[in-house]
Amino acid sequence: MLESKIPEGPLEEKWNYYKSHTKLVNPANRKKIDIIVVGTGLAGSAIAASLGEMGYRVKSFCFQDTARRAHSVAAQGGVNACKNYKNDGDSVFRMFYDTLKGGDFRSREANVYRLAECSANLIDRAVAQGVPFGREYGGYLNNRSFGGVQVSRTFYARGQTGQQLLLGAYQALMRQVHAGHVQLSTRHEMLELVVIDGKARGVIVRNMETGAIERHGAHAVVLATGGFGKIYFLSTLAMGCNGSAIWRAHKKGALIANPSWTQIHPTSLPQSGEYQSKLTLMSESLRNDGRIWVPKKQDDQRPPNQIPEEERDYYLERRYPAFGNLTPRDIASRAAKERIDAGYGIGPLKNAVYLDFSKAISEQGEEKIREKYGNLFRMYQKITNVNAYTEPMRISPAAHFSMGGLWVDYELMTSIPGLYALGEANFADHGANRLGANSLLQACVDGYFIAPYTMANFLADEIRTGPIDTRHPAFEAAEEQVRDQLRMLETIQGKHPADYFHRQLGRILYDRCGLSRSAPGLESAITDIQQLRKEFYKQLYVPRGFAINAELEKAGRVADYLELGELMCHDALNRNESCGAHFREEYQTPDGEALRNDADFSFIAAWEWQGANNPPLLHKEPLHFEFVTPSVRSYK
Amino acid sequence: MRLRLKIWRQESNEITGRMESYELKEVNEEMSFLEMLDVLNEQLMQQGIRPVEFDHDCREGICGQCGVMINGEPHGPLQNTTTCQLHMRTFRDGEEIYIEPFRALAFPVKCDLKIDRSAFDRIIQSGGFISVDTGQAPEANSTRIPVPVAESAFDSAACIGCGACVAACKNTSAALFTSAKITHLAKLPQGKTEAQERVLHMVAQMDAEGFGHCTNTEACEAACPQEISVLNIARMNWEFNKAHIMRK
Amino acid sequence: MTQSTLTRKIWMALTGLFLCFFLIIHLLGNLQLLIPGPASKEQFNAYSQLLSGNIIIKIIAYILYASIIAHVVYAIIITVMNTRTRNVKYHYDKRGNLSKWYTRNMGVLGTIIFIFLVIHFRDFWYVYKFGELPLDEHGHKDLYTLVITVYSELWYVVIYVICMIALCYHLIHGFFSAARTLGLYHPKYVRWIRILGWVYSVGICAGFAFIPVYVHFLK
Repeated sequence: MLESKIPEGPLEEKWNYYKSHTKLVNPANRKKIDIIVVGTGLAGSAIAASLGEMGYRVKSFCFQDTARRAHSVAAQGGVNACKNYKNDGDSVFRMFYDTLKGGDFRSREANVYRLAECSANLIDRAVAQGVPFGREYGGYLNNRSFGGVQVSRTFYARGQTGQQLLLGAYQALMRQVHAGHVQLSTRHEMLELVVIDGKARGVIVRNMETGAIERHGAHAVVLATGGFGKIYFLSTLAMGCNGSAIWRAHKKGALIANPSWTQIHPTSLPQSGEYQSKLTLMSESLRNDGRIWVPKKQDDQRPPNQIPEEERDYYLERRYPAFGNLTPRDIASRAAKERIDAGYGIGPLKNAVYLDFSKAISEQGEEKIREKYGNLFRMYQKITNVNAYTEPMRISPAAHFSMGGLWVDYELMTSIPGLYALGEANFADHGANRLGANSLLQACVDGYFIAPYTMANFLADEIRTGPIDTRHPAFEAAEEQVRDQLRMLETIQGKHPADYFHRQLGRILYDRCGLSRSAPGLESAITDIQQLRKEFYKQLYVPRGFAINAELEKAGRVADYLELGELMCHDALNRNESCGAHFREEYQTPDGEALRNDADFSFIAAWEWQGANNPPLLHKEPLHFEFVTPSVRSYK
Repeated sequence: MRLRLKIWRQESNEITGRMESYELKEVNEEMSFLEMLDVLNEQLMQQGIRPVEFDHDCREGICGQCGVMINGEPHGPLQNTTTCQLHMRTFRDGEEIYIEPFRALAFPVKCDLKIDRSAFDRIIQSGGFISVDTGQAPEANSTRIPVPVAESAFDSAACIGCGACVAACKNTSAALFTSAKITHLAKLPQGKTEAQERVLHMVAQMDAEGFGHCTNTEACEAACPQEISVLNIARMNWEFNKAHIMRK
Repeated sequence: MTQSTLTRKIWMALTGLFLCFFLIIHLLGNLQLLIPGPASKEQFNAYSQLLSGNIIIKIIAYILYASIIAHVVYAIIITVMNTRTRNVKYHYDKRGNLSKWYTRNMGVLGTIIFIFLVIHFRDFWYVYKFGELPLDEHGHKDLYTLVITVYSELWYVVIYVICMIALCYHLIHGFFSAARTLGLYHPKYVRWIRILGWVYSVGICAGFAFIPVYVHFLK
């Protein structure tokens, strides 16, 4: 059933072959084709702008008040590209291999290779748009190192690379809006996908300013709605990030692949109390110069600067001497959790580890460190009131990135024809763990360089379809369904707001479907989530009858999370191995490293919705490794 | 800590609003300002009162969606800090805090503290970009950009579009926002080609949106979370004058 | 009104800078009042005569009148338009913390200066041009005696000094703001202009204020 549509031929020629043989749409015909793009992050803005430039009629939606606020804006560290400007032996193949290995050999070779191949173009594109990347004194582009690799291939714009790339894409989008090729609707949330004759033909959206429910038809729908890490409640994501668009598409037949693979980022600020709404991320680039440690003594109450060098345990350097503090994120997070669980955690809640810059400051001088990370240190001080130049930062792991997402083929099309998923919303390129600075890359490459080609292959057959009629019964039914759900959420009038349930769901998932998982834990989590869902539909409170109603928006998202969370547990329970971010306690080596099982689990788990009260149906897409041999991932 | 809050309530754009008083008894000083509003909203919902609508998203100071007047200053008393990064330790126990939306003719209030900043989008649409289509870019290192130029372009590009500059300005001028984009693109070689057209269009759009004149009080820079310099305004003026003189 | 906000500001800057330039000339003339003894009277009256007869000076004078009018008219337009962009006032407004008081009150300072100008024109310019002034021994109109008489009134000197303080703050912001409006963006020169603006404003206003005080108490 799952046809990945990977082209034949040698690895390095697949994408070129595809591009030269795919169908095209004549410029005159593009005007006849409507495309809906949901989301205006890097992937969404990039595809909407690119399609607009080509002459398609694009409708773009975002729930924020302007397209520039999408959460791509928050990515700090950088974007990878194998330009080999540093002359340190980088190449497309090496980047491909690093990414594949970083993902613990749980992604498609062809997809990952294409990602690496297009990376160089992206830097050219971004520079042309005016993205002010960091430079060397000769005026050429500079690079920094990131976790999980041994070359410097990360391009950066101080600690605000995501913001700058997004502004580039946003400006490109604004240009198309001005030209009349893209019709942008902000503060609109997609609540349903409309499928006609098996093809995605439109969406139902809610205008968050007037409460109006609107129908929009198109020949293809692109979901670039980002990740769903916010399901953990406490995460590095924005408050509005949600999984609703992909979840509603899932319920209409799109498969979701590997949903349990969530990256837990090692360097975020620890939780400080019950009221907390989010965990702020500190860029991974800090690990270039920061050293991570905990006291060697359990429950050490001394302030960090009074703990002498020999009583500090630099556990990453101890366990992984080859990569040290720059081990991939899953490993760094798990190592932190191991120390915290063993009672070596620091801070008032004993839930953190130190990230120490004293060595870097004494070697390079405070000025140099300020130049590299000044904005991060300032942000840290604003939030914690601590000066990290004189005292180590306290950091702890936090839910961050969804490697899983809608299943897509090589063309980024989901299992519903005409429905595409781009960026973090799809599952494609990162396997079981994403390398730092690869998410900006993937979102951009999907939006600028892949989907514009692959969508034409589908749209070429749509030129005779004519405009999509939103009076079709499928639109009628979808709209009714949306109205019913909103009405239902408002009429429960129970005791607790949506956040109450969201917090509980988050706790269940952190404990049992987070950094480490076990069969009994996951089984109990499934029961608990089902129970919580029942309670949600009995006890939810949403203020009734207001057009602008943040609580109603939240309630709809939490309702979806309560179903998605269960699917995550099913997915984690099904995978009887440890790989990347998915660590099953039953499957580990004697020294606590992940134990992968290539014989039985070298596949992508794509799940099909079977109704709220039935377990999901698993489809397996086997992974074939023709060009590399999966090895045991070692960063020692 | 205890707090007395005076918050602007306005159910919709058509209805006139008013200040309402609320009291919060248990506020932790480690809370962020928006978390304090979360707590308030939970309390209001328990009392059957409509929760306060406010804009927010990333809660880490970069998306630019949050932004309210706190005790008469945009984003509150701490300089160069967004509302979401403001923590309650900045306030005293028992303090009275006034919370109002950013006000300007060009920023109509939608509901409570939520405002419509789409005027900013339209300013960017009028010319805040480099006209390059996907696929046209030359090799990135073919243009050398000296570090000081790249760095200062970044300083201008760091704007998060929150609107605090407009709120801080007694004339509700959008000069800082508009000039930051004009300057970012005018400094880079890639953006110079269109510099003349850009500044004329963007200034015209800024005026059409109903923002006021910049009288160089420099309050905008003091309120800006990203410390965008007022020298951007000078650069915009320079580009504008140049474009006017050179225009055929 | 199709002019852009920036264009209106440019006219404010250009007219303002011209007035700044005029103030220097005006002060140089006035400084002759400080010359000791009868030479002062002779010099001052001769200088006044020179100014009123010269065609170049006449042209400059008309530019001056136009500048004053344009500066005032644009100030009114800008103020009215800016007021319109604020629909509702803040209930609690502490934005004063974010900028210097005189930068926000250029209109108020300007109004004080304008009122002063009206008095000033009536007392000297009008009398000299259209009034009956006795001639001095060299046949020049005796403006000197008129000035000395007016300056002997204490209340006039007090008002004069207050107005000069207002002018000083107006100039400090105006000079610097004009440079910015014209597009001086290089940080180094911006710093210099700020310093130059201070020196100029304080110099001009102290000079103008010193003359009546000196005349009142020492002549």
